[in-house]
Amino acid sequence: MSAVFDSLSRFYASSIGKKILVALTGLVLIGFVLGHMIGNLLIFVGRDAINEYGHLLQTALHGGGVWIARIGLLTAVVIHIVATISLTRANRAARLAQYGKHKAQVSSKSSRTMIWSGLTILAFIVYHLLHFTVHAGNDYGTYKTTLDGHTVHDVYRMVIAGFSWAPASIFYIIAMLLLSSHLSHGFSSLFQTLGVATDKSEPLFKKLGYAFAGLILVGNCSIPIAILFFHYGR
Amino acid sequence: MSLNSNIPSGPMATKWSKHKQDSKLINPKNKRKFTVLVVGSGLAGSSAAATLSELGYKVKCFCFQDSARRAHSIAAQGGINAAKNYQNDGDSVHRLFYDTVKGGDFRAREANVHRLAEVSVNIIDQCVAQGVPFAREYGGMLANRSFGGAQVSRTFYARGQTGQQLLLGAYSALNKEIAGGGVQMFPRTEMLDLVTVDGHAKGIVTRDLVTGKIESHAGDAVLLCTGGYGNVFYLSTNAMGCNVTATWRAHRKGAFFANPCYTQIHPTCIPVSGDYQSKLTLMSESLRNDGRVWVPKNAADCGKNPDQIPEDARDYYLERKYPSFGNLAPRDISSRAAKEACDDGRGVGPGGRGVYLDFAEAIGQFGAKTIAERYGNLFDMYERITGESAYKRPMRIYPAVHYTMGGLWVDYNLMSNLPGLHVLGEANFSDHGANRLGASALMQGLADGYFVIPTTIANYLVNQKPGSITTEHPEFKKAVENCTAQTKRFLNIKGKRSVDSFHRELGLLVWDKCGMARTKEGLTEALNRIPALREEFWQNVNVPGSGDFTNPELEKAGRVADFMEFAELLCLDARHREESCGGHFRSEYQYPDGEAKRDDENFSYAAAWEYTGNFSQPTLNKEPLTFEEVHLAVRSYK
Amino acid sequence: MSQLNLHLKVWRQNGSQPGHFQDIDAPDIPDHASFLEMMDIVNERLISKGEDPVAFDHDCREGICGMCSMQINGVPHGPEKATTTCQLHMRKFRTGDTIWVEPFRARAFPVLKDLMIDRSAFDRIQQAGGFVTVRTGAPQDANALPIGKEVADSAMDAAECIGCGACVAACKNASAMLFVSAKAGQLNSLPQGQPEKDRRTLGMVRQMDKEGFGNCTNQYECEAACPKEISVRWITKLNRDYAVAAVKDAFGNTRKEAGGGD
Repeated sequence: MSAVFDSLSRFYASSIGKKILVALTGLVLIGFVLGHMIGNLLIFVGRDAINEYGHLLQTALHGGGVWIARIGLLTAVVIHIVATISLTRANRAARLAQYGKHKAQVSSKSSRTMIWSGLTILAFIVYHLLHFTVHAGNDYGTYKTTLDGHTVHDVYRMVIAGFSWAPASIFYIIAMLLLSSHLSHGFSSLFQTLGVATDKSEPLFKKLGYAFAGLILVGNCSIPIAILFFHYGR
Repeated sequence: MSLNSNIPSGPMATKWSKHKQDSKLINPKNKRKFTVLVVGSGLAGSSAAATLSELGYKVKCFCFQDSARRAHSIAAQGGINAAKNYQNDGDSVHRLFYDTVKGGDFRAREANVHRLAEVSVNIIDQCVAQGVPFAREYGGMLANRSFGGAQVSRTFYARGQTGQQLLLGAYSALNKEIAGGGVQMFPRTEMLDLVTVDGHAKGIVTRDLVTGKIESHAGDAVLLCTGGYGNVFYLSTNAMGCNVTATWRAHRKGAFFANPCYTQIHPTCIPVSGDYQSKLTLMSESLRNDGRVWVPKNAADCGKNPDQIPEDARDYYLERKYPSFGNLAPRDISSRAAKEACDDGRGVGPGGRGVYLDFAEAIGQFGAKTIAERYGNLFDMYERITGESAYKRPMRIYPAVHYTMGGLWVDYNLMSNLPGLHVLGEANFSDHGANRLGASALMQGLADGYFVIPTTIANYLVNQKPGSITTEHPEFKKAVENCTAQTKRFLNIKGKRSVDSFHRELGLLVWDKCGMARTKEGLTEALNRIPALREEFWQNVNVPGSGDFTNPELEKAGRVADFMEFAELLCLDARHREESCGGHFRSEYQYPDGEAKRDDENFSYAAAWEYTGNFSQPTLNKEPLTFEEVHLAVRSYK
Repeated sequence: MSQLNLHLKVWRQNGSQPGHFQDIDAPDIPDHASFLEMMDIVNERLISKGEDPVAFDHDCREGICGMCSMQINGVPHGPEKATTTCQLHMRKFRTGDTIWVEPFRARAFPVLKDLMIDRSAFDRIQQAGGFVTVRTGAPQDANALPIGKEVADSAMDAAECIGCGACVAACKNASAMLFVSAKAGQLNSLPQGQPEKDRRTLGMVRQMDKEGFGNCTNQYECEAACPKEISVRWITKLNRDYAVAAVKDAFGNTRKEAGGGD
């Protein structure tokens, strides 16, 4: 056991080991982001659709499912963040004196600002959880409705109410812009780190990454925009 | 003094195996007690250091570059010869031996050359096992190409950077031994002097090029693997740091310098473009496999665009003069032919010192893609330097100093006349005679380092008490003091001229009088002017900075000071050798058709010069060359 | 041939002391000269004025030894693609240009003097596994081990690395992944390198980390700066080889070293 632990801690201590963890957790988070968006888009299907979806998440595995998912996601997020911060600190330490003149030739702005887009997204996640999960400073938790004879949380009303407040919607939209920037590099990058990119597949991964980032941006922003600007559901 | 070359008796083909049988052995436990100092980390140095360490010797290896991997062997482009006969074209050890002796214009020691040809096959096996990525055929077998001076395809290659790949192989072996603790590596460390104790080489004095610290190292034997002296000409294809210091300092301590006048001028270099130029760039000789060399027949056409010169107005002079070897005629012959064409006023490009190397026919025959696969990196390099594309117009080339066949005299064991001082690779004189064939330098460096010295060094060490001399010995103290004093002297001159300006002046003089064609008058003039220039150097050189920190100008000053002394010996040797052979062409000695005229009756010997304390009066020792296997003949490539 | 009038901003530094940029005018530079020949001319003039010449590393001046190492206008080896500083020619500049000349900057490459840096970290990485353990004289005939042309050519692509450090200099994280991956990848992709593949991969990566290089963030500035155009696919391969080696290291059987008997 300790031999395995030693090897794993060496793996984590190494640059490539950490990067592989970042890539794997990134993959998990990409999956989550996609699922989360599809679920949220149910709001356009109608009140019952999204409320049923919310209820399903809450009651799966007798209410354990959501906790398993939360713990899993939390682990992924923590590893993703702790490892990248550690990598970034090492990266900063690797060049103490800066260039008088430095010119990037091929890297994208998104790729050079991953840590900032990432940290902003982290701040957003905290806000998002407080906003819609913990219901801090609001009474969204008390919104109830009836679905097939059961009393369930009225997610639909919560979302409409949440995004009717302009500052929240705008922060969401900004966060989504940064998330798509983060994804535009992160998506294709993970295939490189996991050692599966090839000369032929790399351009495809790149395009998929841009497409995915765009999809998430359009999909997620459509909700606050529809509510705030087009008064959807209000 | 009589020179004992220690050539084993018996038939040529069995001398080396007999010698291996007869060589002494040192048991593994005792080997650990011996320290061997290896100076230089090129093909010869790295391979020797690694292999001696594998055998159990303690090795210290020194190089002036920041890493062992940067030694100038790295720049060799074309390839390495080996008598594998993988092409089934009739090659054999004997044929490689024969070609090399003939290529050397019958001025090499037969027994050494035969040994070189024998071990050539092992080198390829060794390099492949190390992971050297030689070119291969689709079936997975090694590919070969042909090279100047041979009619078989026996050259192994790795794109246009065979030297780099072989050196990286030797460097990886060296790294393996450094990691294992057998080799201690000293990069950015330059040898300043050899230390002898009772006539035996027992150590060296070095300068740490970062801290400026002058130190000494003691060993039971010293190996000089320090390359050639081509930079005496200032402009050459050598790296900027290549120098004669190690071998020259050894010479001043008593080691004989043999045949310094055998210098190789490589025919395919990029012509000089201006007086700011710091070095010349070689284009691999392999280009001559597909390129055709020509100049206009008519001097009036020289200024024209080559496209506008019709086929019948072109003089493909190598094909005309040497129909059987054509564009693959050996280096000395091709170089001289280019010089003759330019002397005749038919040279092309700036200053009229250039000839065309034309790929139009090859591109027409094989397609630009195939030519790019073969020489793409060379074409790119040419374009970067000249701003012209060789796919569209012929390259312009001109000969340049490239390699030096002369070097410290060594016996069959690669030991100089100073016991304990061994000399490997280009630094010694032994294998190439008066001219080296293409793809033979890499072969010699690795043969000496991997296969010869590991066997022969024991013949010296077996009679030595390991570790008996330490740096506490007064000779070490004295040598360190001398080097420290020289450093101070340089810094105190505070003259008006830079080191480079002296180097350039010396180089131009030596190139002019002792370059591709030499005369008695010219050499005498050079011999009059060199001491005066040397005198001025010591009065008027300006070496800025201090001795106790990184100081590239100080490093250059030390090297140029030694070139100033060495140049005199070079010209003396060239003047004394009243014949033409290989890279040494004396205009007085030629056949009516301009071919080199050897004088076997009077000059069939290696001239081993002994330092006397007076640069202009060294003592000449002769090692007669006898030819048992290859019969002396006029070297014809017609 | 025409002459250029240039203005240089050159980094000057003595060992570990703080450095600064020095403004140097460089008039009348022939456009056929190489960048290093321009530096020679500048130095010659500094010496004649009694000033300290600029120290820089250089040796072969034909683009293969990997010793030259300047950051020119913010790019390692300057603006020309696939070209080392020594092969960069002044015709790529225009008269009136200001040229920034700095050392390759990385904590693992400390400055020795001016533009000279210490790249011995690369040697130590190679010593941690960049070889095939084969002793001289042991091998079989070279053609007894067929290696397909594609495999040999691909290994040669990696082997072209000249160890100059431009990849480190270009990387915003001063990562040495391109260098390490090319060196490990050459041997890891050849049959000769298979027996020690895992050991080599783990050893070289650990040494790379120990030297204080940064981490790869897949931005490929290294590939763009590499004078030998080494592909970042070698980094992909190193990532893969490392993952496999680390998993085997963590979960594989414990090895017993085979020892000799009597």
